[in-house]
This record gives sequence, structure tokens and C-alpha cells, in this order.
Amino acid sequence: MPGLEILSDFTVRNALIGASLLGVVSGVLGTFAVLREQSLIGDAVSHAALPGICLGFLIAGTREIWPLALGALAAGAAAALAVLALTRYSRLKPDASLGTVLSTFFAAGTVLLTYIQNRQLPGQAGLDSFLFGQAAAVLPEDLWFMGAVALVALGAVGLFWKEFKLVAFDPGFARSLGLPVALIEAALTAMIALAVVVGLQLVGVVLMVAMVIAPGTAARQWCRRLETTVLLAAGFGAASGILGTMLSLLGRGLATGPLIVLVATGLAVVSLLFAPGRGAAWKAAARRRARAAIEDRHILAGMWQLAQSHGDAAYAVEQGMLDAMYGAGARGALERLERQGLVEPVTHMSEEGLHWRLTPEGRKAAAAEPLSPSPTVRGE
Amino acid sequence: MLAAFFDNPELMFMTIGALVGVAASVLGAFLVLRGTSLYTDAISHSVLLGIVLVYLATGEVNSPYQLVGAAAAGLLTVYLSELLTSSRLLKRDAAVGLVFPALFALAMLLIGLYARRVHIDADAVLLGELAFAWLDTVPIGEYAVPRSLVTMGIIALADVLFVGLFFKELKLATFDAGLARALGFRPRLLFYGLLFLTSVTAVGAFDAVGAVLFIALVIVPPAAAHLLTDRLWLMVIGGGAIALFASAGGYWAAMRWDVSIGGMMAVVNGLILLAAFFLGPRHGLLARLLRGRRQRAEAHVRMLLVHLYTHEGDEQAERENAALALEHHLRWPAEQARRVVAQAEALGLVTSEPEGQRLHLTGAGREAAREVLEPWRRR
Repeated sequence: MPGLEILSDFTVRNALIGASLLGVVSGVLGTFAVLREQSLIGDAVSHAALPGICLGFLIAGTREIWPLALGALAAGAAAALAVLALTRYSRLKPDASLGTVLSTFFAAGTVLLTYIQNRQLPGQAGLDSFLFGQAAAVLPEDLWFMGAVALVALGAVGLFWKEFKLVAFDPGFARSLGLPVALIEAALTAMIALAVVVGLQLVGVVLMVAMVIAPGTAARQWCRRLETTVLLAAGFGAASGILGTMLSLLGRGLATGPLIVLVATGLAVVSLLFAPGRGAAWKAAARRRARAAIEDRHILAGMWQLAQSHGDAAYAVEQGMLDAMYGAGARGALERLERQGLVEPVTHMSEEGLHWRLTPEGRKAAAAEPLSPSPTVRGE
Repeated sequence: MLAAFFDNPELMFMTIGALVGVAASVLGAFLVLRGTSLYTDAISHSVLLGIVLVYLATGEVNSPYQLVGAAAAGLLTVYLSELLTSSRLLKRDAAVGLVFPALFALAMLLIGLYARRVHIDADAVLLGELAFAWLDTVPIGEYAVPRSLVTMGIIALADVLFVGLFFKELKLATFDAGLARALGFRPRLLFYGLLFLTSVTAVGAFDAVGAVLFIALVIVPPAAAHLLTDRLWLMVIGGGAIALFASAGGYWAAMRWDVSIGGMMAVVNGLILLAAFFLGPRHGLLARLLRGRRQRAEAHVRMLLVHLYTHEGDEQAERENAALALEHHLRWPAEQARRVVAQAEALGLVTSEPEGQRLHLTGAGREAAREVLEPWRRR
């Protein structure tokens, strides 16, 4: 791990600031995209940035960030609107509309890119670095630009918070209130182009979709309110940006963009698995606990009924009988019950193997909860 | 004759492009109809991971294992996406968008770390360059044939055979998966077979057109054909025809302006789709606009007939069945009223007296009005 002094390095500092700006903007805007089930629009918008960049270069004739980003912005917004138009006015399903726009725009981008390259236009070197991003090429003036775009995007979200929230969760209700829902939806979609523009130099157009989807998906797992979700998504985004950039410093050949994307995806996967309440692993564990509790209570009730029908509260049941009644799970359940002090093992007659009986606490628990002692129904 | 073919690079490029286009579009027809065409996006990106891993394991770029590894990576993407979707924690599109960029990023990272000097250049993988096909040839008989021509020929044949043999099953599984399952077909297996072939085709297409343009060739031709026809077999064949035309047109345009061949092929496909979107015979924007206008005009004529029929012979007929009444009672602007009357006259349903502008139904007009008002009387 390089020492902290590397943080004062000019290039590294620029990359870190840029990456965290990207994370915040894409996290905030991506949350809305994920909630509106428009996740992959980000893919179309980001791929569509390529022809925009090339057109910006062809028109302005320089590799400065402003014209390129403006081109990317315009092309991205055009792609988003094209997807909406194709979905609404043709019989194509949303996925086909999206795939069509994405690939055609990107193809136009490659055509323009080869056009520029084959003509050896001055100053075109490195135009293809926008495909995958190149963190080391981030300049201070680029940061000013990214900051301005981030400010615009976050300002718009702050200003229209109520409207965006309503449209994201209940567009029907929003329409009944007289909100221009179609306009707001188009705006939310086109604004993803802003995030793409910020990410151009760091992650590139191909992998940007991950930055739109991953932080929002991760944050959604932990929060139940939009306010906190958006804030957490911004945090996750920034953390992925910073962590990814730092990791790329560890060795030669470690590309920044892919690392940022992998960190963001990693955060999303961890959240999907382990977030309390909603995580898949969490849910599976809760299901297991619930099933075990039911099994325990069945066995308790079964032993209680056997004890009662034998007229002996301390009647010892043979382990084999419980196995036959409750299947292979009985042994584990008995151990759990023993840990809770509800049953205890007894050696009934030395040659007949292990027997179990209810403890006084166990009797009390079984009597308090009259439950049918039917064995758990198992599949064949 | 054969020599003329194999020595003609132009024809060769076009053939490779056409093979990729046909192979991709016959599979794409079913993906587009099922609404799962975005798996193509995912597959074509993550196939790179398979290629890189096989390269790292075997040290060869062109081994046949590539196909296996890449197809496995493609199916892995689909499987992971379906797994995430089935957890119901996120929607399918978000699941797809989470999985494939990660696998692609991993592949990029591995390339950067271990495979810098070989010809797995990320740009090339993404964009492809048909012109390089000539650099890698295999001898067949006395001719040096580009390797991708041979591979793509076999793959295209496999794709066409698969679709041809299982056409009925694919059709059923696409339009009514439930019925297909009930009848004992295996729609899921068929679907995975389709995606497996898509992955294999993606690998074959990699050198020629690259990952993203492969998406264009899978989705766009069938989508364009879908806008033009309502019959599945026409859509499959039409998609293939569009792909063929686009590969020829794209090649010509690419030569004309000295740009990427694959890119231009995809752009031509996109333009065809755009034309179909606007000019398609039944579902095109223009056709729908015209149909809407015609139907509106027909409805107006019917309304006029019914109006005249209702008042025919009652005491208000003198006042109601006049051109002026249409403006007051039907609230039609004067211009529209004149147009509707002229239309009805031209159809021989209405006659008008020149002075007083009194309107009369003809026999046919009365019949038509009665058909609207009393449809049960229709003979």
C-alpha cells in the first residue's frame, strides 16, 4: 500500500475528486432510475455519448472537455428520447427499443471515431480513451466542469424533489394531481446523461451503466425512505469511486474504471446478500430460524402429548421414536430444546439407548402453547 | 470461379458480414419477440471474460476452447441475472445491468494485468475490425481462407439449422410458453439453447464486428422486420434479408467514407429500422396517421348519414337536413361540414339541392345509415 503522501500527488488528487463527484451524481440519479425500473436506459444513454463526443470534437476541433461533454449530453438525451419514442409509438417492446437505440448510436459513434482517426485530424489522440475512461488524464479544469455538472444535477433533484419522488413511486397519482408526468419522466431519464458526462473520463461510456445501477441498488437494500436511500447511494457511489481509484494505485496495469465498477458491484452484492431485513442471506437465515422454531414446538407438543397419554409427566420418549415421527430434523431440534433447558436426556434402560423427557420448564412451555403435535410434512 | 471468390477481399468481407448478420438476426427474431433481447447486450459483453479466461488458461487466442469458454461466460451472465431476478430484490433489467458490467470490468482488469501484449485489445474487442479478417487465414485446399469466414460459416449454418428444425417449438414457446410446457415441450431448455447459440455467435462475431455492434445485428434487423410484418416466418426471413442488405450497403458506405465496416453495417441496419418505423405498411407512424385520418373521415360521413336519416320525413327535416344545420347542431366548423358533405356526395350517399342547401339521402345512404342504427337488420 503506498503511503498517504501519494494523496497529495497531483494526478491522483484529481482522479480522486473526479471519482467521488461521479459517484455522488450517478448514485443520486441512478436511484431514481432503479426505482422507476429504467435501469438500463443508463446503458443506452452512456453508449450514445460516443457519437456525441465525436461530433463535439468534429465541430469544435479540439479535445477540450466542454464541446465533447456538450455533444455527449445532447446525444445522450437524444438517445433517451428515441427510446421513449420507439417504445410509445412502435410495437417494439422496451428491451428491443433500448437495444436498437443503444447499438445504433454506438455504431454511429464507431463510424465517426474511425472517420476521425483515418483522417489524422490534429488533436484527436486519445479520443478512444472515452470508451473505458482514463483517470490519469483528468485535468483541474475538467474537475471544474464535473463540479458544475454535478451542481446542476443535484440542484435539479433538490428543486424538484417532491415531483421526482411522486413520479418515481406513483406516476398515476402524480398524473391525477395534474403534474406533467411525461415531461418529468423524460427529464429524469435525460438527466442520466449528466451523470454519464461526469463519468466519461473516469469510467468511460461502456461501463457507466454499472455506476447508474449499482449504488442505487445497494442503497435500496438498507433504507426504507427515499431521502436516506438517495443519500446512502451518493455515499456508496463516492466510496466506490475513491476505493476504486486507490486500488488502481496498487500496481501497474490496474485500470481505474473497471476497478471503480467492480467495487460498486461488490457493494451492491454485499448489500443484496446481507442487508438486515431485505438481504437474501438474512432472509434465508430468518426462514431457517422460523422453520426450526416450528419444529421445536412440534416436538415439544408431541412429547407433552405422549407424557399425558401415559399419565406420567416425566415420561421418557425414545430417540428412535422421535426420529420416526419427525424425521432427520428431530435430533437437531432436541439439541436446541436441551440448550433451552426444555428437555433433558435420560438413560431409561441401559440397553435401549437414548431417551428424552420434558423438564419442568418444558412441561410448562408445552402446556402454555397447545399446539398440534403432527409431524412436519416433508416432501418425498 | 472459386478462386475469383477467394481472391476477392471485397466479396470476402461482405460474405463474412452477411454471415454474421444472418446468423445473428435469425436468433434475434425470437429474442426480440420474447422481450429478452437485452440478454444479448449482457452476453456480448461478458463473452470477453470467457475469451480472456481461456486465453490465460491455454495461452492461445484462437483455440476452439474459446467458443466453449465464451459461451459458458455468456450463459453464466444469463444465469446470474435470472438468479438475481428470482430473488425479487431487484427487477430483471437492474439485475442484467448489475451482472454484465461487472464481468466485463473483470475481463478488462485481467487484460490489463496479464494479457497486455497479446491481441486481445479491449478496443478491438469492443469495436472489431472486419478488415483484419484477412490477416488470419487457414488453408482449405489451395486457397487461404480467412479463419472468421470458416467459423462464421459453421456458426451461421448451426443457427439456421437450429431455427429451421425447431421452428414450430420456438414459435410456440415464444408466443405461449405455458401451452408449450403443458404440451411437453421444454420452453426453458429451448430458451437456453437459443442463448447458448447467441453466445457462440457472439464469439464468432467478435473479430468481425465487436461486442456492441453484435447487439445491433441481433436486435435491429428482426426488430425492423417486426415493424413490417405480422408473420413469424416472414419476420425471420425478412430479418435475414435486412441483415444481408445492410452488410452490403454498410460495406459500400464504409469504403466510400473510409470508416469502420462493422459500424457502418450497424448504422445501415439502424436506418432501415428508422425507415420501417416511419413508413411501415401497417404499423408505421405514417400509415397509422393516415389510417387515423381516414377512420375519422369515415366516422364523420356516417354521422352525417345518421343525422339525415333521423330527421328524414319529420317536421324539422326542412331545417335539420340542411348544410347550415351541420354547423349549429353537430358543431362542425363550416369548412369541415363542407368537406364531409362533399365526401358523402362523392361516395353517392347524399345529394344536395343547390338552392337552400337541402340535403337528401340516396338509397345507398339510407341503407348505410340503417346499418349503423339497426345493425340487426343487416342482410
